[in-house]
Amino acid sequence: MLVYLIRRLGQSLLVIAVMATLVFVAMFAVGDPVDILASPDADQRERDAIAKRLGLDRPLWEQFGLFVWRALHGDLGRSFVYNVPAVDVILQRLPATLELALTGLVFSIAIGIPLGVLAGLKPYSRLGRGIMSGSILGFSLPNFWIGLMLILLFAVELRLLPAGGRGPVVSVLGIPTAAFSLEGLKHLILPALTLALYKSALVIRIAQAGTREVMLQDYIRFARAKGLSRQRIIFVHVLKNIMIPVVTVLGLELGSMIAFAVVTETVFAYPGMGKLLIDSINRLDRPVIVAYLMMTVVIFVIINLIVDLLYAAIDPRVRLAEAKG
Amino acid sequence: MADYVRADEVAIAPEIPEPLPATVSSDRGESLLRRHIDEFLKSPGAVAGLTVLIALALIAVFAPAIAPQNPYDLSKLDIMDNVLKPGERLGSGITAFLGTDDQGRDMLSAIIYGLRISLAVGAISVVIACAIGASVGVLAAYAGGRVESVVMRIVDLQLSFPAILVALVLLAVFGRGVDKVVIALVIVQWAYYARTVRGSALVEKRREYIEAARCLALPKSRVVFRHLLPNCLPPLIVVATVQVAHAIALESTLSFLGVGVPVTEPSLGMLIAHGYNYLLSGKYWISTFPGVALVIAIVAINLVGDRLRDVLNPRLAR
Repeated sequence: MLVYLIRRLGQSLLVIAVMATLVFVAMFAVGDPVDILASPDADQRERDAIAKRLGLDRPLWEQFGLFVWRALHGDLGRSFVYNVPAVDVILQRLPATLELALTGLVFSIAIGIPLGVLAGLKPYSRLGRGIMSGSILGFSLPNFWIGLMLILLFAVELRLLPAGGRGPVVSVLGIPTAAFSLEGLKHLILPALTLALYKSALVIRIAQAGTREVMLQDYIRFARAKGLSRQRIIFVHVLKNIMIPVVTVLGLELGSMIAFAVVTETVFAYPGMGKLLIDSINRLDRPVIVAYLMMTVVIFVIINLIVDLLYAAIDPRVRLAEAKG
Repeated sequence: MADYVRADEVAIAPEIPEPLPATVSSDRGESLLRRHIDEFLKSPGAVAGLTVLIALALIAVFAPAIAPQNPYDLSKLDIMDNVLKPGERLGSGITAFLGTDDQGRDMLSAIIYGLRISLAVGAISVVIACAIGASVGVLAAYAGGRVESVVMRIVDLQLSFPAILVALVLLAVFGRGVDKVVIALVIVQWAYYARTVRGSALVEKRREYIEAARCLALPKSRVVFRHLLPNCLPPLIVVATVQVAHAIALESTLSFLGVGVPVTEPSLGMLIAHGYNYLLSGKYWISTFPGVALVIAIVAINLVGDRLRDVLNPRLAR
């Protein structure tokens, strides 16, 4: 297991190094930030001064060396636009995105489990087929458009919920959050629902397959023979058993929810990391883009690493095959 | 030489997707295709989806003849017509059944032209990605060993990052443009096909007909692309069909985020993004109708893809 762990860890570090190089080199093809930062009537001297201040006048390899050296010390550069460390800019937006992603997770479970179980109990009924077809739509419909339609319905026509932004933020245990006030929750509902749509479809499919499988098991037959009520069988015996795969998959999907938040946050003008990425791309704020991408790469690599290690811990065949190859 | 050709044809003979032992007939190729078609036509939903899809494709191809107005011709646009409600008449006498946008463009015409770009981007990117991915996948499976493990590592790595994020960054680097969107979509999609094809190629590789083809000393490229690849097609066709819908949705999302197609060639996603600013003041039609067109296209493709999965994979539980 130790050999496997070391090999896998080495691979992860290699991936991070490769991605860092790719991201850094790629960012040099993204426009010239001096164009954005210098005033339109700035002469060449002023432009050179800006380039020098940002370190853009040095050769690419030197900038890259400096980037790696600083990155290893936890410094991913200063934002050109805000003139504060890029990591701070992102971390400041992190709680908003996490709040959104977690609320989205809760929603996807609240929508996905009941519908999935219902479809799994009667897979050949009209309802069951309808739910499964609906889940295909959840996978494939453009998320941003659904978000816009939700705004149109709930914010513009019914005037029940705000169209965008984040509610008043209060500090709870040192974490700035908007989830503890009615106004904040109201702002959270539509974006979280939009974000949850795709994952709900996923949960429906897993829950449906799980329910179908569990219903054939002997312990369900036994529970029935014992004369337990249908409710008790479904809520205790079925639900408990299908929660394991659901929780596993959703844990894996947390990373992709943060990535998907880019779209949702843009639709709802929600001040999270995703909106920051889009704004930074438009403003050519290279350090923030690089820092965002590096943080995302690290998050994904860590999630993958944990999954692989868990699989290896559970299934010895995986680590034996890996240790040999 | 003549013997060779005949032997080769014998080796090609099993190039039939998923041969079912129970239904072997004398002219297998013909009857299998016909049976697949019959099977496909049994589902009313799939037939409806296919009909809609063909209709949309025809509309897209003949857009200039069908659209009431050329939405790109600025001389035909009148700013006085801007943001008209659905059903109002333009200055030029055309009725704007779906309203107009902020530049006085008839939405129906804009959607017809937008559909053209959305469908073309989706289909072209899938065809290219499919060709690249399938070749890589089948070669990796045939080569085996170190080549295979390196290629599949790259595939796994790429699939572990969400497509939307990769495409977003690529387009931030490339800049806007229809061709650039296609390139970005190809880059994020090829790995799906590589994985799909490799999976089925690993199974097919061990079949007798491959062994036979190798015993005939056929060139490797011929064994891989004429014998192995055709037998890996059924799952690939299913993945590719559904993937067209994903590509269209992805393109519209990227265009909505402002990194996709340029303003001069608005796809459906771009039209929706345009209407975003007007949505809050209750001018719903600019964003809603292009979205409806997008949804119709995506649902139709999914209905067809779903049925293809059932037809081409008889072993799946039905």
